[in-house]
Amino acid sequence: MTNVLELRGITKRFPGVLANDKIDITLREGKILALLGENGAGKTTLMNILYGLYKPDEGQILVRGKEVTIHSPNDAIERGIGMVHQHFMLVPVMTVTENVMLGVEPTKNGIFLDKEKVAKRIREISDQYGLAVDPTAYIKDLPVGIQQRVEIIKVLYRQANILILDEPTAVLTPQEVDGLFQILQTLIDKGKSIIFITHKLKEVMHAADDITVLRLGRVVGSIDPKDATPEILATMMVGRDVNLVVNKKAAQVKEVALEVKDLFVRDERQNLTVNGVSFEVRKGEVLGVAGVQGNGQTELVYALTGLLPLDSGQITLLGEAIKHTTPRNILERGVAHIPEDRQRHGLILSFPIHDNMMLCTYYKPPFARGVSLQAKKIFSNAEELVKQYDVRTPNIYVNAGTLSGGNQQKVIVAREFSRPIQLLIASQPTRGLDVGSIEYIHSRIIQKRDEGTGVLLVSSELDEILALSDRIAVMYKGQIMDILDASKVNKEYLGLLMAGVHPTNTATKN
Amino acid sequence: MSETATPKPTETKKEEKDARNSSIGQALLIPSLAVLSGLIIGAIVIAVSGANVFTAYGALFTGSFGSPTELIEGLRIFFATGDNASLVKAIYPFTESLVTATPYIFAGLSVALGFRCGLFNIGAEGQFFIGALCSAFVGYSIKGLPAYIHLPLALLGGAAGGAFWGMIPGYLKARFGAHEVVNTIMMNWIAFRLSDWLLNGPMKASGFRPVTANVLPTAELPRFFADPLRFNWGFVLALIMAYAVYWLLFKTTIGFEIRSVGANPDASKYAGMNIIKNFVLVMALAGGLAGLAGSSQVLGVDHWVGQGFSAGYGFDAIALALLGKSHPFGVVLAALLFGFLRSGATDMQSMAGIPIDIISIIQGLVIIFIAAPDIIRWLYRIRSLKVENTVLTRGWGK
Repeated sequence: MTNVLELRGITKRFPGVLANDKIDITLREGKILALLGENGAGKTTLMNILYGLYKPDEGQILVRGKEVTIHSPNDAIERGIGMVHQHFMLVPVMTVTENVMLGVEPTKNGIFLDKEKVAKRIREISDQYGLAVDPTAYIKDLPVGIQQRVEIIKVLYRQANILILDEPTAVLTPQEVDGLFQILQTLIDKGKSIIFITHKLKEVMHAADDITVLRLGRVVGSIDPKDATPEILATMMVGRDVNLVVNKKAAQVKEVALEVKDLFVRDERQNLTVNGVSFEVRKGEVLGVAGVQGNGQTELVYALTGLLPLDSGQITLLGEAIKHTTPRNILERGVAHIPEDRQRHGLILSFPIHDNMMLCTYYKPPFARGVSLQAKKIFSNAEELVKQYDVRTPNIYVNAGTLSGGNQQKVIVAREFSRPIQLLIASQPTRGLDVGSIEYIHSRIIQKRDEGTGVLLVSSELDEILALSDRIAVMYKGQIMDILDASKVNKEYLGLLMAGVHPTNTATKN
Repeated sequence: MSETATPKPTETKKEEKDARNSSIGQALLIPSLAVLSGLIIGAIVIAVSGANVFTAYGALFTGSFGSPTELIEGLRIFFATGDNASLVKAIYPFTESLVTATPYIFAGLSVALGFRCGLFNIGAEGQFFIGALCSAFVGYSIKGLPAYIHLPLALLGGAAGGAFWGMIPGYLKARFGAHEVVNTIMMNWIAFRLSDWLLNGPMKASGFRPVTANVLPTAELPRFFADPLRFNWGFVLALIMAYAVYWLLFKTTIGFEIRSVGANPDASKYAGMNIIKNFVLVMALAGGLAGLAGSSQVLGVDHWVGQGFSAGYGFDAIALALLGKSHPFGVVLAALLFGFLRSGATDMQSMAGIPIDIISIIQGLVIIFIAAPDIIRWLYRIRSLKVENTVLTRGWGK
């Protein structure tokens, strides 16, 4: 069997960081190689080298045994290497055909675009690999899973034999992930070779033929998926034993922290996305809100935290009805919010860590005396929180944007947990994070629960909901399908509820 | 498999200091090189037009700083005889440059403050006009006040007028999502035509020319020296305002909100800040600063307002804010530079026969280099530090 791609001793240094340290990687023809590693392990740097975006300081790249140099993405494409980025590079208001032809526009008579030719080719590719993509559809009308297929078509249209997929499952629903794996299988059956970058352990074992694990810029080792278990892979990735199960005691449930009655919310485009939701969260318990992304969970959290106005309904916080649902009114009553989009809502990336550590309390002592900011208090607060929450940063003066995703999330958790809180609203608290950070943030959330804080956890990761929740509410199309006792549910039943199917037979209704 | 990522605890203090120094260093380096490059290309243009570069730039230098030999001679005569006529003549160019820089500082601060909140205040020119008219009105119409009341009142009138003019587009943006760029431009035109009408009607002094009456001596910003030196307290006031803006932006909760809203409105809302309030507040403050630019010109230099009163200070202010990286101290440096260039250009024209427009070319080049710092980095082979870009303005609506 031939090796279609080989990297030998690739080293890349950035000022102060050794991003890749003598990395050796081999991709066999017609196989899927999974590149596993935490955020910051050097996966993306390595792929950017392969795609010609960075120049390696040392090392060789061999395509089918021949050494090549890759100076630009065009070089990479010429050598048959194509990249499907984590964040899609598509123009929403254009059709599939227009997106695919961007950059390589074929013309008729020299000036007229030959869309028919491209559309025909897209249909051929789509049929060949079972992609089921309509070339005339507009990107903005397509679900995320199909948009990803358009990205794959773009690569195949440019006649790539080696496909690199960067975190392809991060944005997909469980069903879409299954679909993607089928497509990958078809691709390798037809002779393509694939590098699949991820930090999700189960997917790797599911889909890959070979697994190579990176940590801190080095290859830790390669392993056959048959011999791998999530525990072994996690240990390789993190460098120590990882506890994949959250240990928690039985909940000590106390009085009601949050009561929501008949809540209706419109999103920013004025669509009614929360349709009459009622539930309560008690102090000392975790209420998990499960559901496929986009079923109103985001707007529910926005309404509860004051980021969106209520259309109608009643929110009662600690026994008091809230009339003015402004963010400040709500957070001053002891509500902490870990927002879904940490870079949009949670942090000001261009501000130093110390300012982000007091983002919600900057106007109050000890951070302010009158209107005057107290720099010393701000710095000492940040120093202390960085230590206490193990934020990995050179110092507190660097911008939040320079931190890795996991450490950014730790800054938010540290800030929100450092003030006295009665209720925690955590939305997708571990999205895109590495195993080590997930473990850490889960343990902190459970710790808050055990201290008597009510927790509303919204997550599209079913495993996370099951690991942390005491009760589980399932949302579908803006409504709560059912609220269940977490100890008495199984995944299949939840899966049905998430798909909008309400089995008529008995369920342990709360 | 034993090692884990731990940051080195040692030397962080030093690294941090180095990092700060190098970023301040680069913040100064790029604009300095931009100015240098502008002057070099300006020299080429002068040479191509057939004039002598050294004569031209020599005149530019003596026109803006004065001639060193004349200064020494002036000092000698002054100490020998007590006659200061030659000394006054020698320092005249330098003080005139500071006089020119004064409204630039105020107006530059106005635009920079807006940038910090993500607002693009193109209306500094209109706010300048309104401020000048208000100060002039207070200055000539209210009689019988002592200077310590009349002057502050006249300044306050200018600031309030500018603030009102800035607040209107601020409110329109906050309330209706109308973009401040369009509205400040419109407000400029309203201000220009309003001043035309006022100067030809209600505010016209007796006589043929469409100008206001002179402000009373009690409303004048005191001058440091006798005529013809026009150097006055307006310059000091400008420096005080620069420090005040710095203090507001970086040392207070108000400034923290302004900068947060500018850097990330979504996170600011999440943190409980009132974005709308900040838009209105910042546009009012920016308008007030631009208004003071007009006040300082009326009360300190001209003492009356006529048609075409502003020499485009409000528009040059945009360039100043960019050149000064929206930092109050950077704006002061940029304003001084523009003051020296503008003031020296007059001599360059009269002595070397170079059109005054060459200064506009140099200024334009400097702005291009500041706006596209990669050109400078490439020209001088400077490695790029990771510096985030200032958000000049956001999209339409909210």
